[in-house]
Formats: sequence, structure tokens, C-alpha cells
Amino acid sequence: MTDLTNFGIAALRDGVAKGDFTATEVATAFNAAVEAAQPALNAFIVTTPEKALEAAAKVDADRAAGKSLGTMAGVPIGMKDLFATKGTQTTAASKILEGFTPQYESTVSQKLWDAGAGMLGKLNLDQFAMGSSNETSAFGNVISPWRRPNDTAPLAPGGSSGGSSSAVAARIAPAATGTDTGGSIRQPAAFTGISGIKPTYGRCSRWGVVAFASSLDQAGAMAHDVTDCAIMLEAMAGFDPKDSTSLNLPVPEWTAGLNADMRGKKIGIPREYRLDGMDADVAKSWDDGIAWLKDAGAEIVEISLPHTKYALPTYYIIAPAEASSNLARYDGVRYGLRDLPDGAGLQDMYAATRAAGFGPEVKRRIMIGTYVLSAGFYDAYYTQAQKVRTLIARDFTQAFQQVDVILVPTAPSSAFALGEKSADPLEMYLNDVFSVPASLAGLPAMSVPAGLDRNGLPLGLQVIGKAFDEQGVLNASLAIEQRAPKIPSPPKWW
Amino acid sequence: MSVDTATVAKIASLARIKVTEAEIGAMVPELNGILAWVEQLGEVDVTGVEPMTAVIPNTQRLRDDVVNADPLTGGDMRDAVLANAPAPEHGFFGVPKVIE
Repeated sequence: MTDLTNFGIAALRDGVAKGDFTATEVATAFNAAVEAAQPALNAFIVTTPEKALEAAAKVDADRAAGKSLGTMAGVPIGMKDLFATKGTQTTAASKILEGFTPQYESTVSQKLWDAGAGMLGKLNLDQFAMGSSNETSAFGNVISPWRRPNDTAPLAPGGSSGGSSSAVAARIAPAATGTDTGGSIRQPAAFTGISGIKPTYGRCSRWGVVAFASSLDQAGAMAHDVTDCAIMLEAMAGFDPKDSTSLNLPVPEWTAGLNADMRGKKIGIPREYRLDGMDADVAKSWDDGIAWLKDAGAEIVEISLPHTKYALPTYYIIAPAEASSNLARYDGVRYGLRDLPDGAGLQDMYAATRAAGFGPEVKRRIMIGTYVLSAGFYDAYYTQAQKVRTLIARDFTQAFQQVDVILVPTAPSSAFALGEKSADPLEMYLNDVFSVPASLAGLPAMSVPAGLDRNGLPLGLQVIGKAFDEQGVLNASLAIEQRAPKIPSPPKWW
Repeated sequence: MSVDTATVAKIASLARIKVTEAEIGAMVPELNGILAWVEQLGEVDVTGVEPMTAVIPNTQRLRDDVVNADPLTGGDMRDAVLANAPAPEHGFFGVPKVIE
């Protein structure tokens, strides 16, 4: 039999529905692949093979009984460990939540289970989703399945959804959930040669998702290709009264609406993204993407997004500010770690618990956030950043009067080696330069593979769309996917 | 604006994070590097610009004004709420004695 782990969502679901193989066979194959790769890649914090088998058994029984099957039926997936899963430890990759066992299920994960998906395990990530290389996890680094030629140096899978990207690229999960606050779905997808979409802010419920920066956090799908992302996002999205920022809109039929014909479409190329000293291969992949979309019939329009250079500093005020507020809940009282030194009072317990439970990057961002929100500095930093955020969003609104979607690179380089950027927080932050603007404007954006660079490592192109126009993003991404060189699976070394 | 050791100690205290002298020493240049970089926002002309409050226009909703409109986030969930508490006592969250 063909190796089932090479298949993506659509192929697995359709194969199960047709009876080419059973959901149990699929779950068994992926469980084995996860187990074999775990020591080398560390993509999971906990594995749940029994959950994958349990969901598969139900799908097989439903099929035998002639019941209709869900859109993800028979597909076992990885769940980023930021989604609360009832009865399964949920940590946000932080010691402060080690052992935390949710008493409820997040809306997004519940929707996926309702669609027939099963859970292979909880995927590793940057601690509280703060990072771009998965090096801030309290449960160890995730290793990318990709390597430079003749070099065994471990490469970053991107972050914060690094477990998700590593698992999908390594073919130990056909798809995975991600969350994106400033690029945490798109940059890891680009680094590992897979596809990943962040929808419009509010499409996916944030209920039961560990909060980082609430005005930016959005869940999304990471999978082999554009079609699989469309299927999975359709299963994840939808109105949820339990999330006050959830969009009360019907979920479009994105999969049925897929159409790579770009005739009559205008693609915006923002000049501000062409940075001085841009990596030559990244610049070339961008030019390739422009040529592919032209070939698909699109018209290319040069546009301007004048406040682009201010997006990253704006983000690094707003996200830490929101994080410092959100993470105030970790107090050693209600859940998670408690560190109570002998004779300590309540305030000492808070401080000791948080010192012991949070990693250095989380502390750094809480400190920045606390500072920019403190009396005397609030207006200079936080209010100013919120005003600049208005201008950044306005730039996009104006650009979208001329164009349908915007094409830019996903990240300024291909994957870097672990340790290469972790010494200097600022250098790490700069990795999000191309992904943060769309986050600040709440727009749907997707990374799609664009080929390999000179080191044989994947590069991604990013398509940014109008608010609510995930379809336009998926369609332009599909047009690129059909023309970009097919990226092979990374050679299996684990 | 830049921070010194006293300011960093003050921020840590506000953030309820215990820090050692050595950690404060390491944080001062790190935070100053980040703050110096974000200060470029000061050069943006924001005259007449409103600070963003909602990235995607949305209307605020109220849930139905009834008991347990949503059972999951309603009442009568004491044991589930306490299930992950590090030191629950007699059906309450336990904390060290607070006597001021």
C-alpha cells in the first residue's frame, strides 16, 4: 500500500470516504510517524495516539453505518498547544501552565473534531506564541525537517507555530492548526515549504485559545497546499457568541469557490517592501510570483503602503502591551504553577510564581508592555502606536481601492539555524517585517511555497487580501501554487 | 527615553515578576535597545488621527439576560473551575494569609 503519510487532507478524506483505506489505518500510520520523529524533531509537547484512533474508529463506524461524513473525516491533525483541549494538558509551551488540564474545549478545536478530524497530539510552539524560531518553548526547541546541503546543523522551523510547520513538512501530520499574531502561521509555513493561512481577524473564535495579544491573535490552517488550507479553514471558522470579537458572518464555501483564473484581477506590489539589501533569492522569488500571476491573467499594479516601515515598532508596542495585560492572569492562584516561598505573602507569591514560570522572552515582553502602559508613558508609546496602527490600516484600505490582492514575500530570508538570531531580541523581531503589517490591519493573509533558494531551503510568498476576502487570497495563492516549482518533501534523516 | 536599573526594578515590581540584580542588569540594555528602536514612531505625523480601537468594525453584543444563557460559561461549575487550582481549600481558591 502507498504510504498514507504522504497524503494531505483532501486525499485522506476522499480515500476514507471511497473505502480505499480506513480512517483507523490512516491514524495508525500517522501515530507511528509521529512516534518515530518525536525524538529528532520534538514537534509535539504531548502525543495523543489514542485520541487519533478514537476519532478514526468513529469515522469508520459512521461510514459503515452509512452516515454522512464531515469535511475532515478520517484526517488526524496536530493541535497547536495554545488551544484548550478538554482533558489533555494545554501549556502554551510555558512552565507556568505545565500540568494544566482544561475542563473545556476551545471552539476551533471542537469544530475540527465535529468535522471528523482526530488529534495526534499537542504541538510545540514558542512560549505563549512569542517568538519566530520556536526557541522560546519551555519544552525544548523544535527542529525543522529541512537541512542545508551537506550540513546537519539544526534549522529553525519558524515560529511561533514551529511544531505545526515542522510536523506538516515532515509528513508526520497531514495538517495542523496554527495561530498568527504577527506572522506565526505564515513565517513558519514559508520556512518549511508548506501553506498556511491566517483569516480576517474575527473569523475564527478565540474562545479557548491562550491569549497573547487579543486584538491581533487569529487561528488558522497549516497544510500541504492551498486546497487543504481552504478545507480546514472552512471547518475552523464561524461565529461564536463566546468571543466578543467573533464576526457574525456566514462562513463562505472557500473550497468550492477555488479558482486560479486571475483574469481581470489586479495584484498590488507595494514598493515599500523592496528593502535595501534584500536577500537576492527572496527578491527573485517575488519577481517569479509576479510573473506567475501575470501568466494566470492578472494585471500587476505598483502601489504604495507608506507607513510600512513603522509596522514593526508599532507591533512591538501593541503586542507586548496586550500581553502584559493578558498574562496578568497567571498568578499562582487559579491554575498553573504556584511558587510560595517560606513565609511569603500574596504579593511575594505572585512575583515568585511568575519569575519561576515565565521564560526570558515572555518576561521581556511583559516588562516592555508594562512600561509602555505605565503612567507618564502611555500616550507617548501606546496611544501613539494605536494612531500609527490606524494609518497602517488606512494604507491598506486605500491600496485595496486599486487592487484585489497584494503580493509580497513572507519572510526576509529562508530558515536560519537555531541559535543564529536568539542572542539579540531585535534581530529576531525583524524576521516579522513582512508579516506584521497585515496583522495590524486584521487582514487575511496566506503564505504559499515559491520554490527553493540557493541553499535548497524553501521560500514563501505572501498574498494579503481585503478584509473578509479569504477567497481572493486563496485563489491568488492557488494560481501561484500551480506555477511554482513543486517543493519535494525534505529527505527523511530522523 | 531610556530606562535605568531603578526603572527596570520598578517595572518588574509593577509586573509582579521577581528579578535579581543580575537580571535587572541584563535587562537594562535589552529594554533600552528595544525602546530606542520603537521611538522612531515619534516621527510619524498623527495629527487628527484617532487611535485604533477595533481592527475590523464589529458591533458589541449582549448575551441574553438569563441565568446560564450559556451553560459552559454560566454558574454551577465550582468543581470544574477549581480543578486546576494549585491549592483549593473548602471549595475556594487558597492563598497565603493576607494581613496588612
